[in-house]
Amino acid sequence: MRVATGRQSWMIAVPVIALLLWTVVYPNAAVIAGSFENGLDHWREFAASPADREALRTSIVISIASVFASLAVGVPLAFLLGRFEFPGRRLLRAVATLPAALPPLVGVIAFLFLYGESGVVTRAVQRLLGMAQAPWQLKGVGAIVFVHAYTMYVYVFLFVSAGLERFDATLDEAASGLGASTWHRLRRVTLPLLMPAVAGSALLVFMNALGSFSAPYVFGGGLRVLSTQILASKTNGAMGLAYVETTVLALSAVAGLVLFRWLDRKRKYTLASKGGRARRTIQSRRVQVFTSIAAAVIVVALVLPHLMVILVSFARDGVWTTQVLPPEYTLENYRRLFSEPELWRPITNSVSMALIATAANLIVCFVAAYLLVFRKFAGRRLLELLVALPWAIPATAIALGLAATFNRNDLLTGRVLLVGTFWILPLAYFIRDTPLVASAVEGSLRQMDASLEDAARGLGASWMLTMRRVILPAARPGLVAGGLLAAVTAVGEFVASVVLYTHANRPISMEILAQLRALAFGTAAAYSVLLIVLVLMMTLAARSFEERLA
Amino acid sequence: MTAAPKAQAAGNGDEIGALALNGVTRRFGEFTAVDNLSFEVKPGELLALVGASGSGKTTTLRIAAGYEVADAGTVTLGGRDITGVPPERRGFGMVFQHYALFPHMPVEQNVAFGLEARGVNKVDRLVKARAALAAVGLEGAGGRAIQSLSGGEQQRVALARALVIEPRALLLDEPLSNLDPTLRQAMRDDLRAMLRRVGVPALFVTHDQEDAFAIADRIALLRKGKLLQAGTPEELYNAPVSREVAAFIGRGSIVPAVDKGGNVASVTIGGVMRELAVTRPANTLPRFEDAYVVLRPDALEMSRGATIFAWRGRVINRRFAGGLVVYRVQLADNVLVEVESTSGDAREDETVSVSPLKGPFPLVSG
Repeated sequence: MRVATGRQSWMIAVPVIALLLWTVVYPNAAVIAGSFENGLDHWREFAASPADREALRTSIVISIASVFASLAVGVPLAFLLGRFEFPGRRLLRAVATLPAALPPLVGVIAFLFLYGESGVVTRAVQRLLGMAQAPWQLKGVGAIVFVHAYTMYVYVFLFVSAGLERFDATLDEAASGLGASTWHRLRRVTLPLLMPAVAGSALLVFMNALGSFSAPYVFGGGLRVLSTQILASKTNGAMGLAYVETTVLALSAVAGLVLFRWLDRKRKYTLASKGGRARRTIQSRRVQVFTSIAAAVIVVALVLPHLMVILVSFARDGVWTTQVLPPEYTLENYRRLFSEPELWRPITNSVSMALIATAANLIVCFVAAYLLVFRKFAGRRLLELLVALPWAIPATAIALGLAATFNRNDLLTGRVLLVGTFWILPLAYFIRDTPLVASAVEGSLRQMDASLEDAARGLGASWMLTMRRVILPAARPGLVAGGLLAAVTAVGEFVASVVLYTHANRPISMEILAQLRALAFGTAAAYSVLLIVLVLMMTLAARSFEERLA
Repeated sequence: MTAAPKAQAAGNGDEIGALALNGVTRRFGEFTAVDNLSFEVKPGELLALVGASGSGKTTTLRIAAGYEVADAGTVTLGGRDITGVPPERRGFGMVFQHYALFPHMPVEQNVAFGLEARGVNKVDRLVKARAALAAVGLEGAGGRAIQSLSGGEQQRVALARALVIEPRALLLDEPLSNLDPTLRQAMRDDLRAMLRRVGVPALFVTHDQEDAFAIADRIALLRKGKLLQAGTPEELYNAPVSREVAAFIGRGSIVPAVDKGGNVASVTIGGVMRELAVTRPANTLPRFEDAYVVLRPDALEMSRGATIFAWRGRVINRRFAGGLVVYRVQLADNVLVEVESTSGDAREDETVSVSPLKGPFPLVSG
């Protein structure tokens, strides 16, 4: 880091800080202010409402349960794949992160097709056991946590796997050399050292589960959680109550964040890599067979939702009633998507809105990351906070903030009418993805030797040339990775969209929901497949772009 | 540093016995890391496993510790076969190259960890951990974080952690390689003193022969997984059994010689032949077909100018080394020697004469 001329830094920093203050801080402040517009009335209303109290409690219960369920799946799987060699390991490793590739709403409807009341697995089990009724109901807290565990364990798995890879194998050896049993070693050495990874991923799961909307919305049954309550209040025109609910949701997220930071406060060490240890081949024949069977079961469970969505996308709408599998297959669903302009519209909407949001993210986040890494100026801490802030605010709260702020033209209070226009959704996507892109770019820039910029300038390069030939190439991996993540998230975005969309700019996720409501399962699934294909295409495009440049 | 309790070592239940590897072989795929290796370390003895990287010395240590399992051969302790005993039940103290201290525990808990694993109660293990820390000169450091320790301090903590469990044998992997040169000199003496006091077999691995000379009672020299020679440092230096040993141990040039049998060989450089008194390895042929003598810098003398009957050469480098000067001299026939001299008069590029000073010179076969 170097001290550049303060004025120059400020000239770049001020617009970025102003933009983030206006789009991130102001709307949320407006929500909080709105919750007090009638003094404490709205808050009293909230406190007196049994539905809201239940929603708050359920939100927190679901979040905590999702954390434990994700840990229960992710930690053992990371150990199994990281530490042992067995037939089927490579296949399991290849599909282990697959749930992350499902856009939130798509994962939920895949579960509905599989495990719902008329789902394939449910009916198969019912037939097999000759039961009169479905053996289970995909409803309530259990169902939501089930879906969350499936989609969110990936965070835990990735974090713990990375931790295990960096883990200094000689520490384990030292422990056993000192006489520690496997269990004692795990409890006193391995797990404590993996705690940062476990805590980091647990926090991610907690935040995601707290803000989760699609699972509670689709099969919550009569269950209330904060995010769905907010939408319900807004739809009913009870904006004051919606403000209070939003504030409570955001405060819960911040409380969770603070709590995790506090739990992780004592750590002073980092895991220094001396090369992970080699995977051990499982010796016992019986354990090996058992492990491979378990791996096969997990692989099937992980892949099934994807397969199910693909299968249903070929099912003729309206004829799948009581059969285990859809009885008739057709290409009609896809044909209609591509030929009927009204059905094609959501796809162009999602793609263009995602591209706009991503482009804005790349520009703003690059400037912000550049300032954070290379410049020292008075507002540095503020900028750091602003860039990270949207991460701590659930998407529903962000969306409601935008709805509360950009609902009229009023230059005096800095309000612009965006609600009901095309631009409100790209703005929401931009805000949601800012922390993601900024930290990716910042990570890339931090790997660059800070004196390179000085060196380039010292060799007589102009500011523009230095930027083009030194800084941008260094930032490129972060820009590509962050841009990809932002585009993928935006194209399938649901949580903010459901609050802010209009018929004209409805994204794919809203159309999937609409088709689902119309019981057009085949069409909904075809949209989902298209969404997965879009995500895949973007990933491949980013990879080939990166390879061509690298 | 107070006495690390010698009596402690006997407290492990059994008699202290020698650690031995018998015909141990370890293969990784096609590669044979350790090849039919045998040696023994007696109680109280310090044996250094010396070799270049890839010589199999670390694998050998890991087999002794139980982290690797030999494909063939046995490991015995006091005559008892422990080949299949896992590390956690061997009761050995191991010091890792990078110390492998647990970063999330303060010094005291690191040292007490082995006692914790043995179910020793909290009070007793803290008392013992503090005593062990005092024994390595770190009294009062128990509460410190590992990250706040210097390299030398970390090394002592690792040693205390290995000693406090009253090990039946001590194993050290490159114990000095992470220390800076000044500290390294000082630690050599300390380490030898501490290891000797414990009185159990101690096996350590090093690529640095100076460490081995300074610490070990005996050295086992490995190459490509095979034992080249085992013996005291003096034996390896003065009576190498092969050209390979001579090349690895100590400085010196290995030059072709004519073996005249008995204790005599002749060396001809640039047409000037000199007869030398030599020692030959035990149990070898009475006369070598392709013989070499080892010319050590301290066994040669040098004078300025050309002298009759001496090997003539040119100084290509001089290095001041305290009381004496080490010259590198290019002789005829592409022979390069180093000579120690008390006189520092000769300059680079100067013509000098080199003669053998004192024998006997080691004679080896190629």
